[in-house]
Amino acid sequence: MSALDVGRRRVVVGIRGLSIVIGLRSALVGAVVALATVFLALLALALGDFPMTLAEVVGVFTGQVDALPRIVVLEWRLPRAIAAVLFGAALAVAGAIFQTVTRNPLASPDIIGLANGSFTGMLVALLMLGGSWPLLTAGSLIGGLVAAVVIYLLAYRGGLHGFRFIVVGIGISAMLASVNTWMLLRVELETALFASAWGAGTLNSVTAATAVPAGICIVVLLALLPLVTPAVRQLDLGDDAASATGVAVGRARLAAIALAVCLVSVVTAVAGPIAFVALAAPQITRRLTRSPGIPFVTTGVVGGALLLGSDLIAQHVVPLTVPVGVVTVVLGGGYLVWLLIHESRRRA
Amino acid sequence: MGTIVAPAVRVGRGTTRAAWIGAAVVGLLVAVALSVVVGANPMAPGTVLDTVLGGGTAESRFVVWDQRIPRTAAGLVVGAALGVAGALMQAFTRNPLADPGILGVNAGAAFVVAVGITFFGVTSPLGHVWLACAGALVLTVAAYAIGSAGGQAAGPVRLTVTGVAIGAVFAGLTTGLTLTHPDAFDRMRGWSAGSLLERGFDVVLPVLPLVLVGLALALGAASGLNSIALGSDVARSQGVSVRRIQLVVLAAVTLLAGSATAVAGPLVFVGLVVPHLVRWTLGTDQRHIVLGSMLLGPVLVLLSDVLGRIAVLPSEMPVGVVTAFAGAPVLIALVRRRTVTAL
Repeated sequence: MSALDVGRRRVVVGIRGLSIVIGLRSALVGAVVALATVFLALLALALGDFPMTLAEVVGVFTGQVDALPRIVVLEWRLPRAIAAVLFGAALAVAGAIFQTVTRNPLASPDIIGLANGSFTGMLVALLMLGGSWPLLTAGSLIGGLVAAVVIYLLAYRGGLHGFRFIVVGIGISAMLASVNTWMLLRVELETALFASAWGAGTLNSVTAATAVPAGICIVVLLALLPLVTPAVRQLDLGDDAASATGVAVGRARLAAIALAVCLVSVVTAVAGPIAFVALAAPQITRRLTRSPGIPFVTTGVVGGALLLGSDLIAQHVVPLTVPVGVVTVVLGGGYLVWLLIHESRRRA
Repeated sequence: MGTIVAPAVRVGRGTTRAAWIGAAVVGLLVAVALSVVVGANPMAPGTVLDTVLGGGTAESRFVVWDQRIPRTAAGLVVGAALGVAGALMQAFTRNPLADPGILGVNAGAAFVVAVGITFFGVTSPLGHVWLACAGALVLTVAAYAIGSAGGQAAGPVRLTVTGVAIGAVFAGLTTGLTLTHPDAFDRMRGWSAGSLLERGFDVVLPVLPLVLVGLALALGAASGLNSIALGSDVARSQGVSVRRIQLVVLAAVTLLAGSATAVAGPLVFVGLVVPHLVRWTLGTDQRHIVLGSMLLGPVLVLLSDVLGRIAVLPSEMPVGVVTAFAGAPVLIALVRRRTVTAL
């Protein structure tokens, strides 16, 4: 690789055959954000109806305090905090994959409405099939995957053009959103409120029982990431350049998108469609690291910190407890609007 | 501005255009007739006609005069308002994908209405109208400000995504608000799907003057928009006050989108689809586009509403769901064509 050194410092992590090259700046940013995440996590474990000091929280892990604080921290708050970090990472990596593969920062799963598809699937499972958690999960997985396939097929025309992909996604998304609103109209207020809270994206219903299987899925999916990364990096150069370097473009893209859709769907199945983490995290990361592409690992770390921080805001800063999705949509959407204004100003 | 359009006008185009406008008028009459005749409560067309002319039983008078005719009037007003608002936004932003729904204007109007319902206990239709207009104004200005940031028209994707982002933020705020206030949630959810159900004259009459003013402003601004389509500099050299046209368009879009949202809730895609259909048939003169959208908008809304009434008997599908299903394929077809960015 030294012959192709472009002057950026980088670190290589991994074992033979499966290594990840990380820019030095990316690694530093990742480390700093990871430290911040740990701090946020301690905060998340300390805050709540049973307030504790940070020292007490640390004490729980070193085995120094009695039963009640242990239960509060380990059984009540820890699953939610870990879920926030893992879900945020999963969404962020999925967004990074979408944005890299389509070569468009706006083609993230939020904009193209995979989440609306998942929500439709979940509502169908809830309203027509009664709704146990496994059914809801299956419904939202199927909904997300079907939405992704339909958008891909409709947007595909001799290549996957980022613009077409986004607008087709917006169209499908609007259709699904109106169906969702309509289905919510046809049920009783209580069911509608429950479904609507889930539809906004919330970590309130996360327990160890739902978080553990989802967490395992996410870890497995993230472990598959190094398999698709090299091809995705080539796709970032454009389809022609990628196929010239020997990448089977269609297959590589499908594999990458499938991985991203699975990541989004797993999160959506448990926590509902949490908006704009997938869109904002990669862009924030790219700006922090000043990297030409989107560094996947750092993006994952940033995404985890974003969702954990948003959940803290949703639980403790806003006067009434709101779903975390409301916080991310306002913060992430606001950031996106700012980004669009800022970029068009700078270009002029 | 006739000289500007002249090169594009072929011989015989005038008669073709007259034929299309005639067809639109016929279509509008058919749509109105269907909207009065068809419904979940089946009645023979003869009975309906009899009732409209002053006869009929008590029940048929109730169904026709208290339910179907007000609802048809609401569809007419909403359709014309949204169609023209979409045409204005597309011309104004020079963006073929502009639509009050896509650009988040309706979501902003909905948010302000939600604030009014939740915190100020606003229940009167007229209150909804003013709140919705205020929300529409803020969002139209925002969409335009972002669209023209940097001194040039934003690309379709940028503007669309900006609108989606703004819309998502406001939808998120509305969700947060309604989820924490179950009463408001219950009142909002019927309205937020986009429906003409039980929209009587008490809702339609207060907005009618606003919509008429909006339509008049739109017709007045149309020839100026023809010049702006050639670029601000050309427009200025032709003696058009670009700033004034912009203000007029802004006022018109605010009144039209705000009123329509207040009556029917946030309807997507009507404002997107109608101007495109008109452009395909009547050409690119904004005066014809505004006029055609005014005729075709109600056709789309009324037919969608009729379809929604009979599609899932015995219950009813809100018109917003039907227009979304009618509009999304048009949007997708638009981007699948090669020359998508050309207006």
